[in-house]
Formats: sequence, structure tokens, C-alpha cells
Amino acid sequence: MNAAHTEARSLSRTWMQRLPASLRLAAAFALITAVILLPAGHWRVYAAIAGALVVIAAAARVSMLSVLKRLALLEPIIIGVAALSLLGPAGLRGFLSILAKSSLCLFVMILLSTTTRFTEILRVLRAIHTPWLLLTTLTLMYRYIFVLAEEGHRMRRARLSRTFNRGRWRTWKNLGTVIAQLFVRSSERAERIYAAMCARGWK
Amino acid sequence: MHIPDGFLSARTAAAAAVLSAGALGVALNVARSLPRRRVPLMGLTAAFIFAAQMINFPIAAGTSGHLVGAVLAAVLVGPAAAVVVMSAVLIVQCVLLGDGGLTALGANIFNMAVAAPVFGYAVYGLISRLLPGTRGRIVAAAFAGWCATVIAALCCAVELAFSGIHWVVFPAMINVHLLIGIGEATLTALILSAIIRTRPELLDASAAEPARRRMIPLVVAGLLVAIALAVFISPLGSDWPDGLEKVAEHFGFAASSRTVLPPALGLDSKIRTTAWATALASAVGTVLAFGLSLLLARWLVPNRSAGRNGEHP
Repeated sequence: MNAAHTEARSLSRTWMQRLPASLRLAAAFALITAVILLPAGHWRVYAAIAGALVVIAAAARVSMLSVLKRLALLEPIIIGVAALSLLGPAGLRGFLSILAKSSLCLFVMILLSTTTRFTEILRVLRAIHTPWLLLTTLTLMYRYIFVLAEEGHRMRRARLSRTFNRGRWRTWKNLGTVIAQLFVRSSERAERIYAAMCARGWK
Repeated sequence: MHIPDGFLSARTAAAAAVLSAGALGVALNVARSLPRRRVPLMGLTAAFIFAAQMINFPIAAGTSGHLVGAVLAAVLVGPAAAVVVMSAVLIVQCVLLGDGGLTALGANIFNMAVAAPVFGYAVYGLISRLLPGTRGRIVAAAFAGWCATVIAALCCAVELAFSGIHWVVFPAMINVHLLIGIGEATLTALILSAIIRTRPELLDASAAEPARRRMIPLVVAGLLVAIALAVFISPLGSDWPDGLEKVAEHFGFAASSRTVLPPALGLDSKIRTTAWATALASAVGTVLAFGLSLLLARWLVPNRSAGRNGEHP
């Protein structure tokens, strides 16, 4: 994952992007709530919602392949938790219902995240008066996630090319050092950012 | 441990959302009084935790795990800031990656961004006061990392059970996380000892928060966690017989209290055995985790610097 990739994913401008982000967020939330509140075993309703979502995805020019890839990535967690409901009184029917409903919700979230930039969500959060400290933390975090992830990869590569690892414990120790160094660099970067923010009139 | 959409009942999800919004509000209020120069550090720490979670550590047989970092964040930037930082991480994971459901966000924030760092930091504070020096700090951080993982798993299990998932979720979640916690403890100790080795002053800066102010919100937050647990557990508790059941029967509302309970939580001897076994495993696990933390610290911090507080030759 890198910045260019996620931004490019959200760049195609369709009718979906022209809707205000707040509307998209509210619609996603409403749809997810509705799906959760559906009783178990209404297979036709689930199928209808899935069909509608596929149509929406196609209309918004979201590639189904990427949606399916991300679904497959998160599906094991859902199956794992849902498996516990196999033991309950609801049995197989409950398990399949939970599986279907959860996957539908995930589909909605994937659609939302592929058509909405995080900066748009930040704007919505600002409009609904999210406390400034949380908003600043989120904004700065999103700005530097990719920078730090990249830096972490670089440091790890440098470490791999210089040290010859024998055994799992050495690997753990090395990775621990890399993460520690990543924090040291993050806090140094925070100092520089603070100076830059002050220089631009941030009080 | 991220709960997806569709598993929590509406009531549990709403209760958890209200609780974590309250706790986050308290944390934001406390963190607001921190020096302004620490505001960018919070954003960067959130990005750091996010990036650190993406680095995979090899475990046995081709599987791998990663750090969660609630205790690490609490030790690095203080408990109140850690609640805000971990919440930010969970919000971004939910919206950007679909990891953890939108309606379960409140519950996920409660488990991993409120209960884990606050409880973990309380354990860290207690142990590091009992065992002074760098070595004591490492022991405290490792043990706190283990405790935070288990408490987050416990909260998660309580929420799921209260939503009508089978009670097997308790032993399943807790026993697995007794093991996962060891990984978290080791990673927290490794990372913290490496930071202390290279830049000890970074930690002292976070410890320099005004002490009196820090304690009160911590107590408030601890109470919140306790109340939350009580709120989640009490419906389960009333299904466990003995005193409460007898009292309920006596006053004639046993039947009505039965109907609001998730049907999956009915009690028989098998549950009681499993509950005892899980409790026993947790108790033994706690002792083992503490012993392991001591060993780890002994090994990570060489003897000559053990007595001196963060000072190295």
C-alpha cells in the first residue's frame, strides 16, 4: 500500500464522487445498520442487496476484482468469529446468515473507501464538530502513514542487506530495533513539524 | 481482535459506542492540557503505531503476527494521549481498510483504545514503581503488554457473548490471547529496550506530564472501564445461579429476567467446568507471563546498567 495507489484508486470521477461525502458516509452507515437489523435467513433480501451493490459498484466504475480481493483478505476474520455461532442454537442457518450479513457490510465499507478519499471524510468530521485534537491527530496521522510505512520498509531492507540472520529470535530482535528506530525518527519528525507549524502561525 | 459488522447486537454496539465516546472525551480533555509541542507527536505516534502494525513477525510454521501497541503508545506518549492515538489508528483502519466494522467501531475503540492502554498503563505504573530502574521498566512494560492483550480479549468476548454468540467465545478468545499476549509482551519489551538504549530522553519527556493531573483522569478512566465491564457482565451474571438467581426467584421476576437474556448463555455444569478451567489458565498464565517478563528484562538489560535509571555508559 502506498499513497499514490490509494489516491489513484479514488481519483476516477463518476457520479458517485460528485455526491457529497457526508451523504455517502450517511448512506453507508444507514445501509449497514439496515443489513444488521435484518432477521436471519432472508436469503432473497440478502441476494437483492448484493445485486444492488454490484450495480452501484459497476456504475461507480469500481473494479469488481479489487473489491473481491479485499473481501477475500478480510473474510477469514468473519468466518472465524461466525464459526462460534455454529455451536449456538441458531446452528448452520445462523452461521450462514451472519456470514452473508457481515460480508454485505464489508462490501459496503469497501465501496465507501474506494470511492471516498480520507481527506473528504476528515472534512465531514470537521463539519460535525469533532474535537480539534482528535481531528488534528487524524489529519497528521493520515499525512504521515505512508511516509512512515515507506521509511519502515527502507530501514528493514537496509537491515536485511547488512545482517545475516540466524534463528527466529535474532529476527525478532532486529525487527524490534527497526520499530524502535522508526519511533525515534517519528518523534524527530514531529519536532520538525512542530517548528514548521509554528513558523506558519500555528499557535 | 477487530470485530466486524454484523456480530454485535444493536444494544451492545450502542452501549459500547456511548462508553468509548465518553472515555475518548475524557482523554481528549486531559490531552488538551499537554504542552502544544506534543500535539504533532500524537499524530506522528498514531502513524507510527499504524506502520508498526504492518511489520510482520515470524512465528512458528509459516504464520506471522504483529504488534498491537496499546501499551507501547501509553508508555511513549502517556495514557490519555495513547487513548486518542489508538482511537485514531482504529478509525483509519475501519474507514480506509475495512478492518473492523463501522457499527462495531465503538466496541473496537473500547477494547483496544480504551481498556487496553488504560489498564495496561495502570499495570505498568504499578510494576515500575515496585521495581525501579531500567530493568523494572522493561518488566513492567512486558507484563502490561500481556495484561492489556488479555483484557482487550476479555472485553471483546464479553461484548460478543452479550450479543448472543455462544459462550464458547470466552475460553476461545481468552485462551488464544493468553498466548498472543506473550508475543505482544516480547515485542513491547524489545522495542522499549531499544528506545531506552538509543534515546532514553524520549521516554523521560513523556513521563514529565504533571503527575497530579495524570492520576485523577486515570482513576476516572479506570472506573469507566470497571463500570463498562459491570454493565456488560451483569446480564451474564444474573444468568449464573446461586445468590442472584435465588433472590430473583424469590421476588418472582426470574421469568421476566430470563426472557431478556441471550438464549445461548444458559448454564450447565459444562460451562462451569470450562469457566473454572479458563480462570485457572488465566491465573497460571499471569504468573508465567510475569516470570517471563522478569527473564526477558534480565536478558535485555545488562547487569551494570540495571540499577541506573535510563543512564548508560
